Amino acid sequence: MSRIREKVDICVVGAGHAGCEAALACARMGLNTVIFTVSVDSIALMPCNPNIGGSSKGHLVRELDALGGEMGKNIDKTFIQSKMLNVSKGPAVHSLRAQADKADYTREMRKVLENQDNLTIKQAEVTQLLTIEDLLHMDEQNEVESYERDLSNLKIAGVKIYTGAVYEAKAVILCTGTYLKARCLCGEAITQTGPNGLQAATYLTDSLKSLGIEIRRFKTGTPARMDKRSIDFSKMEEQLGDKKVVPFSFSTNPEDVQIEQVPCYLTYTNEKTHEIIRQNLNRSPLFAGVIEGTGPRYCPSIEDKVVKFADKERHQVFIEPEGLHTNEMYVGGMSSSLPEDVQLAMYRTVPGLENCKIVRNAYAIEYDCINPIQLYPTLEFKNISGLFSGGQFNGSSGYEEAAAQGLIAGINAALFVKGEEQIIIDRSQGYIGVLIDDLVTKETFEPYRMMTSRAEYRLLLRQDNADLRLREIGYKVGLISKEQYDKLLLKKEQIEKEIIRLKNTSVGANKKTQDFLEMHKSSSLKTGSNLAELLCRPEMNYDLLQELDEKRESLPDDVIEQVEIEIKYEGYIKRQISQVNQYKRMEKKGIPSDINYDEIKSLRIEAVQKLKQFRPVNVGQASRISGVSPADVSVLLVYLEHFKQ
Amino acid sequence: MKTETIAAIATSLSESGISIIRISGNEALEVADRMIMTKNGKKVSDFKSHTIHYAHVIDEDNIIDEVMVSFMKAPHSFTAEDTVEINCHGGVLVTKKVLQLVLRNGARLAEPGEFTKRSFLNGRIDLSKAEAIMDIIHADNEFALQIGMKQLKGSVSKMVSSIREKIIYEIAYIESALDDPEHISLDGYSEKLEKNIDAIIDDLVKMESSAENGKIIKQGINTVIVGKPNAGKSSFLNFLLGEEKAIVTDIAGTTRDALEDFVKINDITFHIFDTAGIRKTEDVVEKMGVKKALDYSKDADLLLYIIDSSVPLDDNDNDIMKITAGKKMIVLLNKSDLEPVLEIDEIEKKLLEYFHKKEDIRFLKISAKEKAGMDEFVKIVKEMFFNGEIKLQDEVMITSMRQKENISDAIASLRLVTESIKMSMPEDFLTIDLMSAYESLGKIIGEEIEEDLVNEIFSKFCMGK
Repeated sequence: MSRIREKVDICVVGAGHAGCEAALACARMGLNTVIFTVSVDSIALMPCNPNIGGSSKGHLVRELDALGGEMGKNIDKTFIQSKMLNVSKGPAVHSLRAQADKADYTREMRKVLENQDNLTIKQAEVTQLLTIEDLLHMDEQNEVESYERDLSNLKIAGVKIYTGAVYEAKAVILCTGTYLKARCLCGEAITQTGPNGLQAATYLTDSLKSLGIEIRRFKTGTPARMDKRSIDFSKMEEQLGDKKVVPFSFSTNPEDVQIEQVPCYLTYTNEKTHEIIRQNLNRSPLFAGVIEGTGPRYCPSIEDKVVKFADKERHQVFIEPEGLHTNEMYVGGMSSSLPEDVQLAMYRTVPGLENCKIVRNAYAIEYDCINPIQLYPTLEFKNISGLFSGGQFNGSSGYEEAAAQGLIAGINAALFVKGEEQIIIDRSQGYIGVLIDDLVTKETFEPYRMMTSRAEYRLLLRQDNADLRLREIGYKVGLISKEQYDKLLLKKEQIEKEIIRLKNTSVGANKKTQDFLEMHKSSSLKTGSNLAELLCRPEMNYDLLQELDEKRESLPDDVIEQVEIEIKYEGYIKRQISQVNQYKRMEKKGIPSDINYDEIKSLRIEAVQKLKQFRPVNVGQASRISGVSPADVSVLLVYLEHFKQ
Repeated sequence: MKTETIAAIATSLSESGISIIRISGNEALEVADRMIMTKNGKKVSDFKSHTIHYAHVIDEDNIIDEVMVSFMKAPHSFTAEDTVEINCHGGVLVTKKVLQLVLRNGARLAEPGEFTKRSFLNGRIDLSKAEAIMDIIHADNEFALQIGMKQLKGSVSKMVSSIREKIIYEIAYIESALDDPEHISLDGYSEKLEKNIDAIIDDLVKMESSAENGKIIKQGINTVIVGKPNAGKSSFLNFLLGEEKAIVTDIAGTTRDALEDFVKINDITFHIFDTAGIRKTEDVVEKMGVKKALDYSKDADLLLYIIDSSVPLDDNDNDIMKITAGKKMIVLLNKSDLEPVLEIDEIEKKLLEYFHKKEDIRFLKISAKEKAGMDEFVKIVKEMFFNGEIKLQDEVMITSMRQKENISDAIASLRLVTESIKMSMPEDFLTIDLMSAYESLGKIIGEEIEEDLVNEIFSKFCMGK
């Protein structure tokens, strides 16, 4: 009896937010793709908060959509409340966040996967990665005999699943999320399970280690879910969505998202809550030292907050619906790994939650992931040709961060199989670029979350211009249709023309103008001006200027938005563009993969070690590695010039 | 590709010989044109490439130095960029002055090895040269590192660090509010920020002016000796110098020109100018001396006003007091071994009448002939210039110009912040210039930003659901 042996182009391991995007990208780029999941019912599961987007995460989703990803479209279909955050601040930090109907979100994404050509869904636990050499040492039963492995020259050739079946593939994408050797902790109650009690993946870690991959252990957590009927909402502040909803996807018709929305609620912890937590810290696995993994600082458990910010009298608690067809409510802001009894007592001190009934307990989860500096910025492993990875497996956290990496890993795996040049989104092109560059270049020791402060060129990386920045790349790789791309070109042209027109439309210092300015509390003109200059005034906007702009043709809202931003913030934008130009110069200087740093005698020892460890692909990346000084960079430049000759 | 225009003293700084200031970059000519002119009114941009010309360095109509200026047009220069080289003859002080002027006129101070780097990047250096230069860069690197280490312990670095902490706190506050708008609000924050920034600017302005202190430690206190003829100026100078430099005679007006010397007493370096006696005189030569005395007094860090306590005050004293108002001054009552007719109270009263500030004046009775009062003199100087103690830092000279420039940059950035607040720009724009200020100050103490901000956000502000 022989075991199943199949040949495909690409295997995707895991069907969370990263895996879904990766698999869809590969299949849409025409490659025969299989996606493995431990449970088909958990495709695109949202095991933690019921939101997509948020500050800077919303940017990621917009960028992903511009490139041809699915998350934006899926949340547009399944949201139940939506808000543009930071609207009182500058356009660069406006960010969309939507409440999802979790069950709907999962169902809709599953539907998309199931109906995607070239894509097969397979419920199975992947237990082993196979290299080309492994295949040569494999018998009829798909067992690999033991042999001396050469770790310096590994090429991926497929995966093996728990049943013993083998899927040969030209590329493999790992998106295992929080499932690898997962362990959930709720006080003293500890289970060897993945999120939501799902089956953990226990074998793959050892296979990865045998290929020389460095494994880390991270931790994250989630709060309790409560029965809506047990909550007294009258003691909380109601929080509503925006009156006019902006869709995430550039392809969604804005009219389709003007739906009836549901409210969220805000309440607060108090001294009593904190007292209970403090008294029971010894029973917290976190403080008792039971938890080994490193948790994220930006997403602290409530016990963490109480200890770290001891002088804060109260912390916010957001009560958010998990969906339209469930009574479960998410208790944002109070994740915990305290025991069940302490949890109940603690939650019941919060106004409105006095009689709450917990449906699912809060818990902490530990899982294996990799140190992402083992990856190229293409998300391919430096040591293993054809092996890619994305998502929490890479040490990030968050649905959006995962999806963004999944998409890039998917695109690059497909380009790899096709033998085409892979893509890298750089730090000046998108938050996706910042995310990946940070992961593969800076050593982070906690789950990485996107933040707007991490993007040094954020004035250029706005959520409103993600399409202008990235659609072309999506089109080139084949994820954006010609029709969508043509639309973008038209939009670009309209924006440029309108900006020029406004700059060239002079406004005389005549009575009509002065009256208009006076009416809008704007200082009068001393000499002639033009529409663009007037638009720069804080009190002016495009709509108002209609009165002085007789020859104006009507333009779409998204064009007007760009024109307004480009003109109003021109000075700042220009400054950032010149910074970007400086940055790009170094980014263009490639470093050959076979460079021998030991040979460069003037490099400092620390720099040599770091460069050998990171193996940066260009001088820009090298300069961002901590431990590589500007002088080291100069030395490297000189050496590279020598190399060229 | 447009690059910033950089400048630096390309030769090693020493008291003798010629120093060359090199300006390189797209705007090298523009920078030079703003401050250099030949006698017949030609500008550097009128020069043919690879020619050298005699010219004046001019700062607001004042001639700073007579120099030879050469111009090399891109790509035929060391850096392959437009390059102007100024050959100064005036010694360390003048060279530095010229460099400062270059920086004020739009160039940025070059980083160590930056000319070489540009030269290399622009493809000017072949491999054999490059190998050698790599070692130099490497050496520079180690050197810079050593300086960095030394300064980390210094008081400058302490102050800079504490100001940076304040700035990063503000940035982190804004950033955490942007990242987590539902937890952290920015309502009314701008007004508070403006106040805080104003206070920080005040501190930096103080530092900027005290950066002069660093200069003083290394280059010496510019000290000008003034006083009526025959009050004993020259003998006091000799008393300091310990040699017969100025001619000491009993005939009033012997010292015709200013005598210049460096002298080090108890770790304090004095750059001393002895001037001709300031006195109404018909003698032409002596008149010139008086004019010089006035000129030197203007640039002085410290005036030593020597008064013969056995001679009453007269019109000459009035003149001296008039022109020296606003300067730090030590009044030295000489010849205290003779019968004094002048008392400190009287002199002080008079000085205050001429708008001298009380805190800027000290009095000391000395006798140059008997070498009395030297210890007291040093103590007074220390009080006036170093808050009672002197910390000698050898690296100050190398880095002080850079430090000062960085501090000025930080101040400029912070002023942009307050300007943006006044224009009610959204808060996320404020962090741009706050960050620039933070980075400028970071250069002084050689710290990288990297994870600073993220760490600050997480440690100071409770955010995240």
